[in-house]
Amino acid sequence: MRNITTIALREFKSYLASPMAYVVTGIFLVLTGFLFSISSATYFETSIRGFLGTGSLLLLLLASVLTMRLLAEERKMGTLELLLTAPVRGSEVIVGKFLGSLGILTAMLALTFYYPIILMWFGDPDWGPIATGYLGLFLLGSASLAVGLFASSLTSNQIVAAVVAGGILFALWFLGMAADLLPEALGEVIGYFSLSHYFPDLMRGVIDTRGIIYYLSITVLFLFLAIRSLENSRWS
Amino acid sequence: MIRVENLTKYYGKRLAVDNISFNVERGEIVGFLGPNGAGKTTTMRILTGFLAPTQGEVWVADYDMSQHSLEARQHIGYFPEAMPLYSDMTVRSYLDFSSRLRGLDKNRIKTRVEEVVDICHLEEYIDVLIGKLSKGFRQRVGVAQAIIHEPGVLILDEPTIGIDPIQVAMTRQLVKELGKERTILLSTHILSEVSVTCDRVIIINEGRIIAEDRIENLSSLVSGSRRIRLEVEGPAEKVAERLRQIEGVLQVSYEDPHYIVECPAGQDPRGKIMQAIVQSGWNLLSLESMEMSLEDIFLKLTTEEKTSQ
Repeated sequence: MRNITTIALREFKSYLASPMAYVVTGIFLVLTGFLFSISSATYFETSIRGFLGTGSLLLLLLASVLTMRLLAEERKMGTLELLLTAPVRGSEVIVGKFLGSLGILTAMLALTFYYPIILMWFGDPDWGPIATGYLGLFLLGSASLAVGLFASSLTSNQIVAAVVAGGILFALWFLGMAADLLPEALGEVIGYFSLSHYFPDLMRGVIDTRGIIYYLSITVLFLFLAIRSLENSRWS
Repeated sequence: MIRVENLTKYYGKRLAVDNISFNVERGEIVGFLGPNGAGKTTTMRILTGFLAPTQGEVWVADYDMSQHSLEARQHIGYFPEAMPLYSDMTVRSYLDFSSRLRGLDKNRIKTRVEEVVDICHLEEYIDVLIGKLSKGFRQRVGVAQAIIHEPGVLILDEPTIGIDPIQVAMTRQLVKELGKERTILLSTHILSEVSVTCDRVIIINEGRIIAEDRIENLSSLVSGSRRIRLEVEGPAEKVAERLRQIEGVLQVSYEDPHYIVECPAGQDPRGKIMQAIVQSGWNLLSLESMEMSLEDIFLKLTTEEKTSQ
């Protein structure tokens, strides 16, 4: 546990020391702020759906960028050698780095809290969908970070890592659309595996346990794959 | 403290380390000598658990690396070849991070960081970003992180490469001091480095150990002749002829403008050579005993190996 904390804290501080986290957060805030302010949902429903809908898609993109350096850079700079020869498990490295990036994501989401606060100022928003919407963004975000971390473990090239992560994430997101074209039973099954399948419910304020379990499973699955991929590099 | 048995490592189809075995005893400083690409770094990466061997067994600090890598790594300090460091951290925060990662007791971290900063003469740079440090200081940070947890085994991969002579001397001094109580395996391709700092040397070439002995015996490894180089003003044929007549001279060759005289190890006919030249009325311009360079030793050992096969 101590090793995980040490690695997570180093990673978090490293984000704050580089422009990356600020640029990503800045873009996220500007774009979601813009969409929040022009969305009709803001004015007619006093809801944050304008922010959630596009924020979720944007999150896929930004998570790929945020995680691309986590392992690819260590591999390229050679610092991975010192990390992996320290008395630390591969799983501790992966979970530590994941938590470091999750910290940045949490901070980024926390900075958007002023959207609901504005709604509260001017109206009487329904807090249920706002809470579940944030829960959805957080779960989707952590799944995206896990996918990004896995992609970063595959290569020493950050750009490749980001593209691979984006590819996997958007494929999983749009899987739900393909499901509509398939025979009903098959389409339904495939739909369950889509990142976008459970998000609308959460946006409406419905907590579907399957959805929460799905996002957590994706997170755990890709963290596990990242651990395997990291351990594999010993056998190169 | 370090035991390697029949270690083999393939990268894909390329053989990097070919069935090597050696021991390093507690408190010994052993030089791991070889040209670039000989397999030094690969072997060290396996010893530190960064790479897994294709075949063979490795024990470090009495732990089997394939079973108890984590415990073994607690007792290893490692200085990797290119000394990769996080450039966005200050020296202090990096050493703090390293000591935590290597399991140093929480209450000791602060004092221990100050201790190693003192040992490695980094006081003035403790709050500087590593990315802004020159190569020499980065190397010191590398040494500092390797010793911060007071490991019993130190594995240093070319610790003196690319730094200035003063620092080289400092590093060697430090290695000698550390070696009093620790086991050290140090790789290098500089022969003089081994003779200054190490008790014993393992010479490796093309993934195989071609010689292994104590430093004192190093020159005799090369089934020893010694060579003397001289420059003489006089008729080449006659000078060479006269040199051959001197007692204890095995062979004379002429490489314009130098004569190379070979004689058995342990004999020094320089005085006789000088007398002979002067008595013949020629001018002796220079006379020097040629040290066997690492290149010579390699050449000799590898050609010996090839002919014996």
